[in-house]
Amino acid sequence: MSTGTADAETKTNDGAAAAGKAPARTGLLIIGASQSGVQLAVSLRAVGFDEHITLLGDEDHRPYQRPALSKEFLQGAVESESLIFRSNAYWDEHNITLVKGEYITRIDKNDDGSGTAHAASGAEFGFKRLALTVGARARKLDLPGAELDGVVYLRNADDALALKAQLDSVREAVVVGGGFIGLEAASSLHKMGKSVTVLEYGPRLIGRAVGEDTSDYFLQAHRGRGIDIRLDARMKRLTAAEGGSRVAGVELGDGTVIPAQLVLVGIGVVPNTELAEQLGLEVDNGIVVDSHALASDGTTVAVGDVANMPNPLPGSPEGERIRLESVNNAIEHAKVAAYSLMGRREDYAGIPWFWSNQADLKLQIAGLTLGYDQTVVRRDEERGKFSVLYYRNGRIIAVDCVNAPLDFMSVKNALAKGQNIPADAAADPAVILKTIITDG
Amino acid sequence: MPTVYFTDTEGTTREITGNTGDSVMETAVRNGVPGIVAECGGSLSCATCHVFVREDELPELPPMEDMEDEMLYGTAVDREDNSRLSCQLKLCDGQDIHVTTPETQV
Repeated sequence: MSTGTADAETKTNDGAAAAGKAPARTGLLIIGASQSGVQLAVSLRAVGFDEHITLLGDEDHRPYQRPALSKEFLQGAVESESLIFRSNAYWDEHNITLVKGEYITRIDKNDDGSGTAHAASGAEFGFKRLALTVGARARKLDLPGAELDGVVYLRNADDALALKAQLDSVREAVVVGGGFIGLEAASSLHKMGKSVTVLEYGPRLIGRAVGEDTSDYFLQAHRGRGIDIRLDARMKRLTAAEGGSRVAGVELGDGTVIPAQLVLVGIGVVPNTELAEQLGLEVDNGIVVDSHALASDGTTVAVGDVANMPNPLPGSPEGERIRLESVNNAIEHAKVAAYSLMGRREDYAGIPWFWSNQADLKLQIAGLTLGYDQTVVRRDEERGKFSVLYYRNGRIIAVDCVNAPLDFMSVKNALAKGQNIPADAAADPAVILKTIITDG
Repeated sequence: MPTVYFTDTEGTTREITGNTGDSVMETAVRNGVPGIVAECGGSLSCATCHVFVREDELPELPPMEDMEDEMLYGTAVDREDNSRLSCQLKLCDGQDIHVTTPETQV
């Protein structure tokens, strides 16, 4: 597999990239060697796309899986090699050229969808069709002291490697943000013996993804394990030791200082829409796409975290849009985009699902809670299981499950088949949900 | 080196040489074996790496934990007595294992 720019360029352009000559505009260029980028390439080969594919990423690593970065990888339980998506032989055998470490800054595109992408290095990549699987980047902390050493983010492999490299000198860590990434990282750091404080700006944990009952469950569970969690937290600045460049503490709004040799920021992501904007594509909290993953030019596909799309959950209100940040969405959305690139129009529809492993808490979510008007809590304290079912107009629309995979699978399968799980019967935690599913 | 034999529902078998310590799922995915989806990458969250293991090889496998057992109740193709989630099957040095992939995983 090529690592050098020149080699990659030659391969991409079928040998046409002699000095000064424009690269041939052939094949598909996928910008973003991400979960969705990889899946798009793989799915295209599965459905018979026979043109050359270039899968280009700006990192120096072969395409890898991100979810473990805040969990198993951070804890040292898995090696980086096991996060690699596909063997080198796979890419070669499927006529897919991997290009690493190239950051695309500008794209020239014609009305027919073909064009040339220009990298910061000066390399050029011609294409007949373009796919943007450019993902999102970590939202930066906007506070005095945010630039100090020891203030870190956790989005990609280099972030995780840099974090791991400094852990030995960390006794106390502050995690900013009580969402998935923040709580997963807090759990990992706590497991590694660090004293951990989580600062959440909002009134509850994981507020964007789960309901109040689940937030409360996680609050109690993490506090019970010894993680200090502050809700409605306000930060004033990050402090360094006198004359030092490394973070030493976090000063809160009331003037108290929490000592910290590490501040890990997990406050959400910002979709990478710059290339789409430069191309003149419609952008609104992500790249706006139709139900076939096609952007506003009708030829470029945009997939995964970066795409603002019609809500794929069956029965969603007409015109409702959503941007989903998940592995499941990256995979399923990419399959739809692969069909679009083959000229076949499939509507993206499916049951979004998410997972988050925090210490011994396995959270699984199926469906979307948007617009719920009733919840049913199933609590089995003896077996450590907890589920919340969400209803809208008497119909199940979502579930949060902690260490309750049977509930998760039952609801996920019922949603996929358009079935219901009556709320009154579901309230008894001894009842197996699978046995009370009703049609319609 | 361990070897995994993947047979699909049509009866075609692929022989893949794996690495000791990798799971059957990882061996499949990295080599592009169709029939194994593995959305969650092996964290026991999705039940899309379901396989049927050749009966005589079942006793050699690591025992099934409760979480895997519960997840198997939600697979796309119903579980059988020889069902396992392939992310939980770590390969030992020199091991041969024969698995059949279900018609669908999702």
